[in-house]
Amino acid sequence: MSALNRKLRRDLWHSRGQGLAVAVVVACAVGVSVGSTATGKALLASRDKFYVEGALADVFAEAVRVPEPVAGRLAALPGVAELETRVVADARVEHAGGLARARLVSLGPGGGKLNRLHLRQGRLPGPGEAAISEGFAQAARIVPGDVVVLTVNGRRDKVVISGVALSPEYVYALAPGNLFPDDRGYGILWLPRPQLAAAVDLQGGFNAVSARLSPGASPQDVVDEFDRVLGRYGGLGARARADLESHRFVTDEIRQLNAMAKVLPAIFLGVAAFLVSVTLSRLVSAQRPQIGTLKALGYRSRELAFHYAGFALIVTGFGVVGGLVLGHLFGQFMARTYADFYRFPTLTYSTDLASGLRGAGLALAAALIGAAGAVRQAVRLPPAEAMRPPSPGRFHRTLLERAGLAPALPPQARMALRNLERRPVRALFGTLGLASATAILVSGSCFYDIVNWMISLAFDRALLADATVTFSQAVVSDAVQELARLPGVTAAEPMRSAPVMMRHGARWRRLGLAAMPPGGQLSRLVGGDGRVVPVPEQGVILSKRLAEMLELEVGDEVQVEILDGRRRRGPLRVAGTVDDLLGLTATCSLATLGRLAGDPGLVTGAQLAIETDARPAVAGALELRPRVAGVSWRADALAAFRKTIGSTVLGYAAVLVAFASAIAAGVVYSTVRTSYAERERELATLRVIGFTRGETWRVLLGEVAAQLLAALPLGALAGYGLAVLSSVYFSSDLFRMPVVVERFTWFFACGTTLAAALVTSLLARRWLARLDVTRALAPGE
Amino acid sequence: MAEPMAPVFEARGVTKIYRMGEVDVQALRGVDLDLYQGELVVVLGPSGSGKSTLLNVLGGLDAPTAGQVRWRDHDLAVADDALLTEYRRDHVGFVFQMYNLVPSLTARENVALAAEIAEHPMAPEEALAMVDLSERLDHFPAQLSGGEQQRVSIARAVVKRPDVLLCDEPTGALDVSTGKRVLEALISVNRDLGTTTVLITHNAAIAALADRVVHVRDGRIASLERNARRASPGEIAW
Repeated sequence: MSALNRKLRRDLWHSRGQGLAVAVVVACAVGVSVGSTATGKALLASRDKFYVEGALADVFAEAVRVPEPVAGRLAALPGVAELETRVVADARVEHAGGLARARLVSLGPGGGKLNRLHLRQGRLPGPGEAAISEGFAQAARIVPGDVVVLTVNGRRDKVVISGVALSPEYVYALAPGNLFPDDRGYGILWLPRPQLAAAVDLQGGFNAVSARLSPGASPQDVVDEFDRVLGRYGGLGARARADLESHRFVTDEIRQLNAMAKVLPAIFLGVAAFLVSVTLSRLVSAQRPQIGTLKALGYRSRELAFHYAGFALIVTGFGVVGGLVLGHLFGQFMARTYADFYRFPTLTYSTDLASGLRGAGLALAAALIGAAGAVRQAVRLPPAEAMRPPSPGRFHRTLLERAGLAPALPPQARMALRNLERRPVRALFGTLGLASATAILVSGSCFYDIVNWMISLAFDRALLADATVTFSQAVVSDAVQELARLPGVTAAEPMRSAPVMMRHGARWRRLGLAAMPPGGQLSRLVGGDGRVVPVPEQGVILSKRLAEMLELEVGDEVQVEILDGRRRRGPLRVAGTVDDLLGLTATCSLATLGRLAGDPGLVTGAQLAIETDARPAVAGALELRPRVAGVSWRADALAAFRKTIGSTVLGYAAVLVAFASAIAAGVVYSTVRTSYAERERELATLRVIGFTRGETWRVLLGEVAAQLLAALPLGALAGYGLAVLSSVYFSSDLFRMPVVVERFTWFFACGTTLAAALVTSLLARRWLARLDVTRALAPGE
Repeated sequence: MAEPMAPVFEARGVTKIYRMGEVDVQALRGVDLDLYQGELVVVLGPSGSGKSTLLNVLGGLDAPTAGQVRWRDHDLAVADDALLTEYRRDHVGFVFQMYNLVPSLTARENVALAAEIAEHPMAPEEALAMVDLSERLDHFPAQLSGGEQQRVSIARAVVKRPDVLLCDEPTGALDVSTGKRVLEALISVNRDLGTTTVLITHNAAIAALADRVVHVRDGRIASLERNARRASPGEIAW
């Protein structure tokens, strides 16, 4: 090893604390980048593999009742490569553990040609049998061999569960009208076509169709053609794969992971570059005489540049290696979390070489950017000047002193202030470092606030009913009064929902229109700010995002076509918008929907409030009512939310907060350490002229305290900015992330920065205790 | 020592102006000087007289503001950093008053630092043996006395077998007996390797060691004298 490399190695060891701080930040950046990218790629690969293996269709359509020969016309449409008709129905499922809603889907011979199942257990269903979706099977504890009772169209049939399966169509299974998955209350069952057709009286016909397109065909064109052909058979609207709910959730998740893989590492790497810059500038100014000597010996500028850049690159290299390991662990953790959430046959996480290389490349580039200034400083230093001790800085009285406050300040405070004022750039950098630590902590830990806020909005303000009952078909509202009289039920409110097509000019959207009684107390419309938006007697309230998509303003009219029942259509006035967080919703009063549908007085469900401990009795009573298709319990939905969205987001937030804390500690350590190292000679002088160790320490502490004072508000502000940025990146039409930062988070972020500063300052006291005054004052070092 | 025909260094009208904060400091005001192969020249002058600046210009650490400086066929008045670096790398050894050792490297490694970039260096151990430090090879600067550190710095300067050895107050920070040992080391290098040696000092006693003595005052050469006989370090006292 050359002597210059030995020097580098010993410099690294000597500055190991700061080197470690840089490496930790780099490791966090590379870890998030590699872990998120690799998880995103794993999701994408698993999704695409499943889609191919399961032959997921490109276009889906449903109608009320279509004679089988129409299938030939659909199959002959340009762009359609393969077509399969199906029968689908909604049912209620009674099983040993209770009641649930289910979608029944018919299977062609041998499992059909499109949307094929992947069996996890058992086999495909034969006559009198059904296969069940895995999420539902696990949540409801149903295994092959169990018997469940299905009620379709008022007919009760026993079926035996033949197997547990996954479907590319239902990677993410969401009950109609629900905003988050509820595996316990909703599932998918696949039955042989003849059996299901008999149950819904559709022999010789179909009510659903899916098609695979030939390469290059436009899904939208086929969708339009399907709508045209199926219109006279009660078409409920065709949609391309891109509009398939399950597909959209998975794709959105991948998009968010990719966003995450960019935004956070960019911030972390910015901090890393900053730390490299501070550490290396300090090293270069401390080694001025050495640089001069090396130049006098004849070392070329290039050799010196490599030497000092090498310091940054090696430190970063350690961070990169740590980051790859961290990224692997993080990715595995995320993949495990997703495996519970998205139902793929395999979700294999593998470390992705390309993203590892990209992360490493970006980290090294950031290090070089950070090092550039210091390296240039080292290269440009004239050798003769480098060997002279730096001339004393030009000090002057500080603003505070000029303002006449001097007598109030002890000499140490005056020194600290003058130091800050003399080297404003250094003071600014230190302040920025501390602020960035605080900002990252705020933006990381506010995820907890956001999830809690969303839970509180959804379950404490919007949905106050303990149970939501869905009827198997629209019934007169007397049914709700009956439920209200059940023992244990304290209140019941009717509700109704209908699949609709909303059109405004050339823009359209298919969605569920929900109707509630104005002034209802069990289910309310709540905005992202927690404000309750009253349901108007007339007109419709739209999600703000939906209104934007349809280019609607309050007061405009929107054309609404109801896709079931009498399929009536008519205009509704937009009475207002609500800035809600989940999905795209449209809400009106029961009377409004009844008028539009032409069947006032009908309801499709009820919200119930029940007495504490009355759940088993109420559940039992509801199970005995055949018109009750399903019940979803608020407590279950809350648990499911916590388990699914909660666990992914909070798991991610936990990792982020851990990273943010590590970064904060690193930045604070580095800032204080640099401040100490730059001032070693001055501090030694203070000791020599008789300052006690404590008094000397307080000069240093004064500087850190002044920087902290400026950094905390700045960091809080920047943290809020980062949270806003994350919310923009994370939001989609499925999910809008609000910006919520609770008081505890401010305290936590500022407290962690303060604690890190305090611990490092205590370390500085130890450095001072060990300070060899004579060596610190000796020339030439 | 006899003077060869052509000088190795030729300085003509060398002027150097530094800008220190808001004032211009004229360190050299038109210096003319010739130095010859193998001679030992002592440059004598009070502090601030411009002698260090002269040394820096001769060593290619600093380019003059005006005037001509040549070392053999090298023009040292150009401000081209790369050319001056190559000149220092191939031909010059420096010894500084403050030793300027790299504190994180041992004596041997400090010497190796110079040996590794030279074309025909001697072994670092050999250079350290010349200054009588064979026993202290693996000591760090902080473990060496001032005199030992200065001798490491001499070993580092001579390890590349330089054509020119430039010493800036090499005994300035040392006591008398240590200073003498350092001077002995320098003289033995000058004698044994035939290295042209320029030694800057404000200590008049050291002038007795030189072939020629250059007196610098106020940025100019005040006088130039030749010693009839070079004294040995043991004979001088300060």
